[in-house]
Amino acid sequence: MKTTFRKPTRRGFLATGVAALAAPAILRSSRAYAANPVIKVGHVSPRTGPLAGFAEADDYVLEAIGKTFAAGLENNGKSYTIEIISKDSQSNPNRAAEVAADLILGDEVDIIVAASTPDTVNPVADQAEVNEVPCITTDCPWQPYFFGRNGVPGEGFMNTYHFFWGLEDVIAAFLDMWDSAGVAKNVGGLFPNDADGNAWGDAENGLPKPLAAAGYNLIDPGRYQPPSDDFSNQIAAFKEAGCEIVTGNMIPPDFATFWAQAAQQGFNPKIVTIGKALLFPSVIESLGDRGEGLSSEVWWSPNHPFSSSLTGASSRELAEGYSAASGRPWTQPIGFKHALFEVVADVIRRAEDLEDPAAIVSAIAATNIDTIVGPVNWANGPINNVTKTPLVAGQWQKDGDAMDLKIVANSTAPNIPTTGELKLL
Amino acid sequence: MEWINALVQGILLGGLYALFAAGLSLIFGVMRLVNIAHGDLIVLAAFLGLTVTTATGMHPLLALIVVVPLMAGLGYALQRGLLNQTLGDDILPPLLVTFGLSVILQNGLLEIYSADPQKLSAGGLETASLPVGGLSLGVLPLLTFAIAVLVIWGLQWTFYHTSLGRSFRAVSDNQDIAQLMGINRRHVFGLAMALALAVTAVAGILLGIRTSFDPSVGGGRLIFGFEAVIIGGLGNLWGTLAGGVILGVAQTIGAKIDPGWQILAGHIVFLLILAVRPNGLFPRIAA
Repeated sequence: MKTTFRKPTRRGFLATGVAALAAPAILRSSRAYAANPVIKVGHVSPRTGPLAGFAEADDYVLEAIGKTFAAGLENNGKSYTIEIISKDSQSNPNRAAEVAADLILGDEVDIIVAASTPDTVNPVADQAEVNEVPCITTDCPWQPYFFGRNGVPGEGFMNTYHFFWGLEDVIAAFLDMWDSAGVAKNVGGLFPNDADGNAWGDAENGLPKPLAAAGYNLIDPGRYQPPSDDFSNQIAAFKEAGCEIVTGNMIPPDFATFWAQAAQQGFNPKIVTIGKALLFPSVIESLGDRGEGLSSEVWWSPNHPFSSSLTGASSRELAEGYSAASGRPWTQPIGFKHALFEVVADVIRRAEDLEDPAAIVSAIAATNIDTIVGPVNWANGPINNVTKTPLVAGQWQKDGDAMDLKIVANSTAPNIPTTGELKLL
Repeated sequence: MEWINALVQGILLGGLYALFAAGLSLIFGVMRLVNIAHGDLIVLAAFLGLTVTTATGMHPLLALIVVVPLMAGLGYALQRGLLNQTLGDDILPPLLVTFGLSVILQNGLLEIYSADPQKLSAGGLETASLPVGGLSLGVLPLLTFAIAVLVIWGLQWTFYHTSLGRSFRAVSDNQDIAQLMGINRRHVFGLAMALALAVTAVAGILLGIRTSFDPSVGGGRLIFGFEAVIIGGLGNLWGTLAGGVILGVAQTIGAKIDPGWQILAGHIVFLLILAVRPNGLFPRIAA
């Protein structure tokens, strides 16, 4: 047998060489030919820093979501692999904007999601809006989200959508709880000079107006600069006015300082209902016996009568799954973090063209699903790009050895059952 | 009455600020070293306290027995091993080295303890109060103030009534002549830093009982410390206590007018004093 070895000719060498050089350019745009095209979802969350409590269940939720996404999601008869890229905002709005830009420009994500307080949600949504990437956010009252980003009612935003409750719901839930208590209607207000505090204390859109309308006298000494080392002036003003209720929106270290100083300076309110600081069992535990009887809004609990559209798990199953996996008590953001990916999955299934950001955005706008935190449907929003989930009020009470957040007022959302009665401090 | 309350609470807050500042004042007085890492060393002490209390279940104040010698040892090692190499005619190298140290400490703490806020639990002490003439004063702030006075008095006594204090003053006045007189200035500097960090340990533990802390809060503490030192006059320990009290009172009186003024009022008073008396109220050293 005779084999002939052909010497490479100049022409042949050039042709092969050019083809080899050009190949990557053609291959790069060949996503459609791959076995499973990939949809990238960017996720920004405050894993570390003062807001870390909001994200403590991230690993558990993302792992469960990753399992349900493992088989891929169907869109227009084609199966897509979903890749979730999660980044830490370190509880810092500048850092949140930085990692969001990184996800959008570096990782080239198709959808970006974020959760937990205006400090995370707003910078991420702003980056998404500027770069025209579809964005879904949650876990931040809608007023700081909408007005904090200079949203214009009636116009809204192009690419960014949000689901959570609003200040009007928190006020209604708080009033519902206080009305049944029969205490003096003098309320002390503690509002920091940050996005949440300014929204809660805002004379027009915040607590002052509805509280006055309901016959409550709100003592608001003014915005303080967080973190603060001293609350003695606020305490003196509340004592002077005979406040029996204290409300506001604080970070846990400031509440710890305030609550210790209140005891030192002989100020003993009967109801203390604070947003943000009193959401987490770990904070309540660090306060020791002084944590019992404090109250807070309840966005989600194991007793909420909703279940996941992805896994079919009930609220209780999701919460207990987390406790079993981590050995830690359930927290409210778990439900919302799960719901965030329920919405993402729903949008990916329905979008007319996953290659087109505008098609994804219109799929988000047309969302109508029942999630583990309640119905999400942007057609029913109070304002553009926003839809609301139900909210009730609860109180931390001793249940055996541990503290449990009992739902004590539910007239704002009667389908969520109460699990206890309000006890005065 | 409300104004008196604001005043008294401010004085008590000043005790904490004076503790933040005492270590800074001491090392500046002895070796003209401006320690940018001071705030982070306070936070380091608080975290050491946290480790000791969670490991042994000790009361945080009892944990001082462990944390104070630990910090003092660290101070001596730090001074002899690192900072002594940077001291000289130029004030800039030690400044830059402590700045770098501050970055290293913050990130080291972040790596070990994560960014979660922590608190030292002192049980009933946190909420206990004393009624004094119609005012209700917290036992913890009172204790903090008393400790601050005691620490400043102790430092002052060490400076003027012990041979160690004589060495401190000697190297402070003229390093070369002190060296000629048989004082090993490197060793004396090490002891000064050890003493300063022992005070820092006390400040860190009291901060940790009073409020929550995380690795990033050191910088803010440094500012209050610096302001207290400069208001009181560089190198003057009693002046530092006065500076802390003035700063604390300015903050609470500012907050009495409007809570938004709390931090700002402290800074404004600091700037005013700096403008009117650039050497502080009670300077020991002519600039």
